[in-house]
Amino acid sequence: MSHLDDLKSAIKGHLGDLECVIGWEQGYDPLHATPLFIRTEADLDRLIIGPLAVHNLATYLTGYKGKKVGVVVKGCDSRSVIQLLNEKLINRADIVIFGLCCDGVVSQRKIRAALPADPGFVETVEIGEDAFKVTVAGQSATLKMADVLADKCRVCDTPDAIVSDVLIGKPHTPAPAASLPCQDEFEAKSDAEKFAFWQETMSRCIRCYACRNACPMCVCRDHCIATSRDPLWLSQDNSPAENMMFQMVHVSHLAGRCTECGECERACPVDIPLMLLRRFMNKQVKDVFEHQAGKALDQTPPLLTFKVEEERINERGW
Amino acid sequence: VGRFTQPTDLRIIRVPCSGRIDPLFIVRSLMNGADGVLVSGCHPRDCHYAEGNFYARRRLEMIKRFLPVTGIDARRFEYTWVSASEGQRWQHVVTEFTRRIHELGHAPSFNPASEADWNTLAVQAGQGQGCPCHG
Repeated sequence: MSHLDDLKSAIKGHLGDLECVIGWEQGYDPLHATPLFIRTEADLDRLIIGPLAVHNLATYLTGYKGKKVGVVVKGCDSRSVIQLLNEKLINRADIVIFGLCCDGVVSQRKIRAALPADPGFVETVEIGEDAFKVTVAGQSATLKMADVLADKCRVCDTPDAIVSDVLIGKPHTPAPAASLPCQDEFEAKSDAEKFAFWQETMSRCIRCYACRNACPMCVCRDHCIATSRDPLWLSQDNSPAENMMFQMVHVSHLAGRCTECGECERACPVDIPLMLLRRFMNKQVKDVFEHQAGKALDQTPPLLTFKVEEERINERGW
Repeated sequence: VGRFTQPTDLRIIRVPCSGRIDPLFIVRSLMNGADGVLVSGCHPRDCHYAEGNFYARRRLEMIKRFLPVTGIDARRFEYTWVSASEGQRWQHVVTEFTRRIHELGHAPSFNPASEADWNTLAVQAGQGQGCPCHG
């Protein structure tokens, strides 16, 4: 039996007690997946898993608070679920977690870059072991999985769901934590270069708030300070400074909470590499507080607590 | 404090406790054109509100460490602990900090200064300079 069949039969067993089970189905073409809310057994036939199932479905959980739901999670998504549980934003008793052992997901951005022209509507996709074949307008192209793998999957150290009621697939031996070459390269730049980089990228931002809406940890919904008029933290002026300010709001509200699922960057319609900021902040949190969000149950986010003597904070003498 | 000479280009904003400082206050002032921001509170373990500055210490440390990735010079922000009875120390801290900011000069703005600069920026953004791993 394939992993998908295992998952389907596991979900079938729970369907009666749950409001719905959140998974993935094929989107507008075979190359794109979209979230699927399974309510009946008929919906179950449309379920897919695999490298195209990119979305972090933990994002939907807070919206279902108080109802019993099931959710299918990859390793990285399970970190978001843990973080939500640790912050008591969802109740463990209300959710059924179907964990996957994930082999990595694709980056649509990299696929677009690897194909000769913008694919538009894709007719068929055949997924093989380490490559897959995409057919567009009668012409087919073979893409190596290694070339189109999302950045986060290249250095993933949690491929299997950390918390789950049902674990599907064969667990991996976790790889040691590594850092992305592009991250190191960016951090090595001078202040002036980084400033110019953000000035340019933030001038592209259209402030659609897709990064915020896709973020599983952004739970303020209608009370987000970015859209509040009183206090007025941000004007509606779409200038690089205001756009950057919004990203600073996002990053600082996620300090010690961000699980690096990369949804903000994936959702960005103008390809702003937002994860450069998030990964850097997480590195600082790890350095100072030895804390990684969503790696273990019952952790307190570091900024919601303190120690009288901080070993790793050097209070600069004056 | 009243009889000590203090830098004249320093503007003091009073808050009840360093725990009142949202790190975004600092970011917002830097974005709004402040050349430097200094946060000064009571010494840890000596807080009128018992634990305000313990939380503040963690938050301020994180924002201090975060600034370099944005391209804002981290020397433009500093936090210190000066109690109400340390008049001389206060004078020393503010003079040193203002001197440092004078050396750094005006902070650059994320918004271009002239219309020509806006146009250059728009052209750059159109070509998508981008990050190496994003093409």
